[in-house]
Amino acid sequence: MSNNLTVSNTTLVWGFGLVLVALVIGYREKLGINKDVLIGVARAIVQLSIVGYILKFVIKTDDNWLTMACFVIIVINASWNAGKRGNGIPKAFRNSLLAISVGTVVTLGTLVLTGSIKFVPEQIVPVTGMIASNIMVAIGLCYRNMLQTFTDREQQVLEKLALGADIKLASIDILRDSIKSGMQPTIDSIKTLGLVSLPGMMSGLIFAGVDPVKAIKYQIMVTFMLLASTGLGSIISCYLGYREFYNQQKQLNSKLLQ
Amino acid sequence: MKNILEIKDLSYQVGDNKILKHINLQVESGQYLTFIGPSGSGKSTLMRIVASMLTATSGDVVFDGKSIKDYEPTKYRQRVSYAFQQPTLFGKTVKDNLEFPFLVRNQEYDQKKAISALEMVNLDESYINKSVNDISGGEKQRIALLRNLLFRPEILITDEVTTGLDTENKEIVHQMLEKFNKEDQMTILRVTHDESEIEHAAHKITIKDGEMI
Ligand SMILES: Nc1ncnc2c1ncn2[C@@H]1O[C@H](COP(=O)(O)OP(=O)(O)O)[C@@H](O)[C@H]1O
Ligand SMILES: [Mg+2]
Repeated sequence: MSNNLTVSNTTLVWGFGLVLVALVIGYREKLGINKDVLIGVARAIVQLSIVGYILKFVIKTDDNWLTMACFVIIVINASWNAGKRGNGIPKAFRNSLLAISVGTVVTLGTLVLTGSIKFVPEQIVPVTGMIASNIMVAIGLCYRNMLQTFTDREQQVLEKLALGADIKLASIDILRDSIKSGMQPTIDSIKTLGLVSLPGMMSGLIFAGVDPVKAIKYQIMVTFMLLASTGLGSIISCYLGYREFYNQQKQLNSKLLQ
Repeated sequence: MKNILEIKDLSYQVGDNKILKHINLQVESGQYLTFIGPSGSGKSTLMRIVASMLTATSGDVVFDGKSIKDYEPTKYRQRVSYAFQQPTLFGKTVKDNLEFPFLVRNQEYDQKKAISALEMVNLDESYINKSVNDISGGEKQRIALLRNLLFRPEILITDEVTTGLDTENKEIVHQMLEKFNKEDQMTILRVTHDESEIEHAAHKITIKDGEMI
C-alpha cells in the first residue's frame, strides 16, 4: 500500500499560495509574466485533471486497443509540437512523426520484449509519454541548431556546393552538430544523475514507497531508454530535415535561413 | 572553335526586381572572358546562374551541347567551377581543404597531388598541415582557388578573386590561370574591377543594370 501520499484538494489550495509568490515577484519586478503564469497554472490544472481521469479509465479498462490508442495520441501530439519547433522547415511534422514513432516503438518494444516492463496501461502509457516528450525536446533542439548552423555557415555550404559536393557532403558537419545538440541534454543529465537531481521516475517510485535500490534499477533502465530514443529521434529527424534546406537543383534554400 | 557555353535570352528576377534582362552570350572553348561593370549590376548573379548555384527565371544555359537543366547538378559543378570572392576555408587544416575535391569525387586523397598543387601557387609542402587560422588572406585565397583547380574544370569562373590581394599574390594567380588557359584550353570567365586586370584583358564584356552592353 502506498503509505504517506496525503495530497488532498485542501492541501492543494494551500499549495496555490506558492503560485502567489511567483505572481508577487512578477508584479513587483514588472516582469510582465503574470498573465503567462496564470494561464500556465490554469492549463496545468485542467490538462492534468483530464489526463488523470483518462488514465484512471484506461488503467481500469485495461484494454490493449485503448492502450495502443493512448500511445498513438501521445506520439502524434509530441510530433505536432516538435514540428512547430521546426520554424518553417518543410515537412517538419511528418519527419518528427517518423522520428518519434521509430524512437518510441524501438525503445518501448525492447523494454516489453525483454520483460523490463509489462504491456499494461499503467506502465505503457507513462513510459510512452516519457520517451515521446524527450524525443520531442531533442528534435526541437535539432531543428533549432540546424536552422542556426545553416545560417551561420551559409557561405561554407555554398562553396562546398559550388565545388560539386552533394548535399550530404555539403551539410555533414552541420548534420553531426545538430544530432549532437539533440542528444546533449540527455548526455549531460546522465553525468549528474543522482548527484544533483533525483530524476522524476526514481523520485516518484521512492515517494510511493518503493525500495530505493529497486527504484535506481528503474532509473538506470530509463536512462538507457532515453539515450537510445533521443539518439534515434535526433538522427532520424536530422537526416530527414537537412534535405529540406535544399531545392531540387541542390541549391541552398536561403529563404529558410534566419 | 565550338561553343562550350551558350547563354540564351537569360533573365533573372526576385519578386518585381529584374536583376538580369535577356542576356545572350556565346563562349568558345578556351576563351578567357573578363566581365566588368558597376557593382550591383548583376555580374555575380549571372556567374552563379552559369555555375548552377541559382536557377534563371527564364532563358537557358547550354553547356557542352546540353541544357544545364539536363545535368545532374553536382556533376555539372565539377565541370563548371565557381570561385567565390571571399572564400572561407573548411575544417581545421589546409589538408582538409585540399582533400575536399577528392571527397566530392569519391576518390582517395592523393597527398602528392595536393602538394604539387600548393607549389603551383608558391606555397611549399609545409602548408599542408597548417591550421586554417594561421593562414594569411592572400594564402587563403590561393588555397581556396586550388580547391577549384585540383581537378581541372572545363570552365573556371572567378568572381573578383583577386580583390584585396597584394600585387605579388595577384601575379601568382594571374600566371597560374594564364597557364591553364593556354596549356589546358581551360575556359575562364573572370569578374573583376581591378584596373590593371581590365587593362590587360583581351575580351571584355560589360554588364550594366542587368544588361549586356
Ligand atoms: N537573392 C536576392 N534577392 C534580392 N536581390 C538580390 C539577390 N541577389 C542579388 N540581388 C540584387 O541583384 C543585384 C545584382 O547583384 P550582383 O549580381 O551581386 O551584382 P554585382 O556582382 O555585379 O555587384 C543587386 O542589386 C543585388 O542587390
Ligand atoms: Mg559581385
